[in-house]
Amino acid sequence: MNNDLLFDFTVDKAAQTVFITREFAADIALVWDAYTKQEILDQWWAPKPFASKTKVMNFEVGGRRFYAMVSPDGQERWAVQRYTSITPKTNFTLLNAFADKDENPELPGSEWDLRFSEQNGTTTVNISIYNESLERMEKMIEMGFKEGFSMTMKNLEELLARLSQEQEKKLATT
Amino acid sequence: MRRDIFQAIADPTRRAIIGLIALQAMTPNALAEHFDTSRQAVSKHIKILTECELIKQEQQGREIYYSLELEKMKEIDRWLEQFRTMWETRFNQLDEVLSTLKNQKK
Repeated sequence: MNNDLLFDFTVDKAAQTVFITREFAADIALVWDAYTKQEILDQWWAPKPFASKTKVMNFEVGGRRFYAMVSPDGQERWAVQRYTSITPKTNFTLLNAFADKDENPELPGSEWDLRFSEQNGTTTVNISIYNESLERMEKMIEMGFKEGFSMTMKNLEELLARLSQEQEKKLATT
Repeated sequence: MRRDIFQAIADPTRRAIIGLIALQAMTPNALAEHFDTSRQAVSKHIKILTECELIKQEQQGREIYYSLELEKMKEIDRWLEQFRTMWETRFNQLDEVLSTLKNQKK
């Protein structure tokens, strides 16, 4: 139903940032609500079969969303998102950190920036996630993507690129 | 000690070793020539890479050759792919939510 809606997912290793762009077939007010209202967020935030359970949410600068991803067997993975800036229907930023059930964060977290824009009834959301705290993600992003290593990495990339078309597409964007 | 591929690639020398043996199987001596560090340091990295099952060794005559476990390298990509898939699923769910909300408004 949404094949014509843009979805772009890029890992910019040098900038240690994941960029995600997605279009939605709805006006900006509705999309904004979907990202900023607890009752709507919980309907889509957790990829099925997981469920999103928001315990606390006050969408204001300095406020937070404390929520869990609940697995089908009832295991809860908690996270805190603290809102650092809000420009209504345009942009908001937050600090994301995994936490325990008592809301003690596991630092360092990651910095998220979400931008909203609308054209002809289609709303585009640009999300950037800097320095994702998830251990593996950090290592992923760290992995040499620093300057100076690019040559060796390029050889490796070329090799891997031959292995599958899909890989080629992804590596070319980095 | 438990090791995984993400540990293997967290170090620049190890990434360089991976890059070299990705092109062709190499002996420990040939590998060491590419680095300013001591042979010992290089062997240590090779040991970690072996423990991560990222490289395998083969005896050819009197020489040992190291080569890359390509399947293992693909794990990195698969992991990223999972992250991407999570967002994709999430957004598809949002499409449905938005569609429902729009209909309610009408």
